[in-house]
Amino acid sequence: MDSQWTQFLAGGLTAGSVYALVALGFSIIFNASRVINFAQGEFVMIGGMSAVSLVATAVPLPIAIAGAIVIASVVGLLLEKLAVERAPHADVVTLIIITIGASIFLRGLAQLVWDKGIHPLPAFSGDRPIALLGATIVPQSLWVFGAMVVIVAVLSWFFGRTLLGKAMLATSHNRLAAQLVGIDVAKVLFASFGLAGALGAIAGVLIAPITFTSYDVGVMLGLKGFAAAMLGGLGSFAGAIVGGLVLGLLESLSAGYISSAYKDVVAFLIMLVVLFFRPRGILGALQSIRV
Amino acid sequence: MARFKAFASNHLNATDAWWASSRTGGMALLALIIALAPLAMTNNYFYDVAILAGLNAIVCVGLNLLIGYAGQISLGHAGFVGLGAYGSALLGSRYGWPPLAALVAATAGVALLAFVVGRPILRLHGHYLAMATLGLGIIVSIVISTEDALTGGPDGMPVAPLAVFGLIVQGERTWYWVIGGCLLLAVWLAQNLIESPIGRALRALHTSEIAAEVAGIDSARHKLMVFVISAVFAAVAGGLTAYYAGFITPAKASFLHSIELVTMVVFGGMASTFGAVVGAAILTVLPQVLTLLKDYEMVVFGALMMFTMIFLPRGVVPTLAGYWLRRAR
Repeated sequence: MDSQWTQFLAGGLTAGSVYALVALGFSIIFNASRVINFAQGEFVMIGGMSAVSLVATAVPLPIAIAGAIVIASVVGLLLEKLAVERAPHADVVTLIIITIGASIFLRGLAQLVWDKGIHPLPAFSGDRPIALLGATIVPQSLWVFGAMVVIVAVLSWFFGRTLLGKAMLATSHNRLAAQLVGIDVAKVLFASFGLAGALGAIAGVLIAPITFTSYDVGVMLGLKGFAAAMLGGLGSFAGAIVGGLVLGLLESLSAGYISSAYKDVVAFLIMLVVLFFRPRGILGALQSIRV
Repeated sequence: MARFKAFASNHLNATDAWWASSRTGGMALLALIIALAPLAMTNNYFYDVAILAGLNAIVCVGLNLLIGYAGQISLGHAGFVGLGAYGSALLGSRYGWPPLAALVAATAGVALLAFVVGRPILRLHGHYLAMATLGLGIIVSIVISTEDALTGGPDGMPVAPLAVFGLIVQGERTWYWVIGGCLLLAVWLAQNLIESPIGRALRALHTSEIAAEVAGIDSARHKLMVFVISAVFAAVAGGLTAYYAGFITPAKASFLHSIELVTMVVFGGMASTFGAVVGAAILTVLPQVLTLLKDYEMVVFGALMMFTMIFLPRGVVPTLAGYWLRRAR
């Protein structure tokens, strides 16, 4: 009973870390542009699939991972340049459809470039399970969780200490005021898509050794990441991480104790309940409506 | 910029006027197209595609009331379509209800569900509303796929044919006229609703919910009403789809189908009932044509979605109508 509980906890934290990374991508783009990028899940897929095919061409794993991150962020930058930037005054629904169109396009492209098969990526440091507090976990889980912690540290340095990071934060607080102090908000938007692409790719390569990857893994991961971002409070970085971990844990516990077929239902049900009683999410800022 | 705005608003008003005056004209044109289309349809495949387009158009006419007029997005309407379809199928096949009664009961059930969940959901705005409706749709679709003892799971389930007073509706040609009639009825109902005080209230709360409330409009009640109405349109179309196809799969309730429905509405032109019909027709026929491209189907479809939204953000029908009007001047 006790060991089972820690087992679910470990699984939940692993999945939750991935959701948190995807949710961070959503929040970064949302902050820069008020756009919900429904192609965020596709960055995860591109990251995983690129790494798999680079490894297949005998590239060492660390270089393959770096290459995958570069590829996904270039795709993110192209998406911003070729699609989002061309619709500057579009309303919410139009932008949602543009990014959904982009996600279908990228999935179709992945199907052409690669195939419809399911591919494994080698684990970063072997497959020998580790016994930890009564739970048996694969080393990759530690990589996932550790990488998430490192990324949070790097991001807080980036947003707190670098000029571009501060510019991105300022833009998210008040776009017009940011423009007035000389911040190039167009550049911020551009950078945010690149950063979101990189974060997505990192999530993709981290999870690929555990759950494998295929051209359509981005759909559910994207939706879960979106749900996590909402759960924590859209646009809040701490919220994205809390939302991701909470979603992963609740999902894992409900899969273990209730029904594994209904774990996705539980995830979305919890999100609905949170939205009903706390529409701004767990850590979302209270927003006043301007008339 | 100011001049452009003035031009745009003139332009918009002109388009609105064109539609208002053509309310009956539009109905007549649609009826004419439905009546004459069979002349060009040489085999049952064409009828099949036309019926599917008509069924999607019924959903889109309802969804357009919610998205185009009331300004409330729903990314979960396929859930209502699926519930209408599976409700009708289950009551008919497993419990022996007469088909029409099953359709009515399933629709009433969906209306009740929309009424109950609509109140908390519609308090949300923008992306939060999108996420909540998306979540609702996904929950419905997962439940349908998982309860395989009842629904047949991902493989789907057979549906008994639609029999009305002992007469069985069968064959593509018969169904074509049934769906054509239902579509005209749906458009007529929607057009009347839009022209009524309720329609004006919806447009008011689309522009500014607070201004509408100041003017004495109960925005929560109106939003809930139009949400229920659009769910009813979806459920009826879902039930009819089940009876027509004789077989249903959870794909009808999937997230992807919800997205397709919203895309049809926006592609055709928001706040234009005929735009919703045109959008549904084009986007039902297009994938049939694109299957010729085989592996390139998804790439081309995704690219088309992006391009039309970037270059025709107001949708096909209002953009073309505006263009036609400028030419006519």
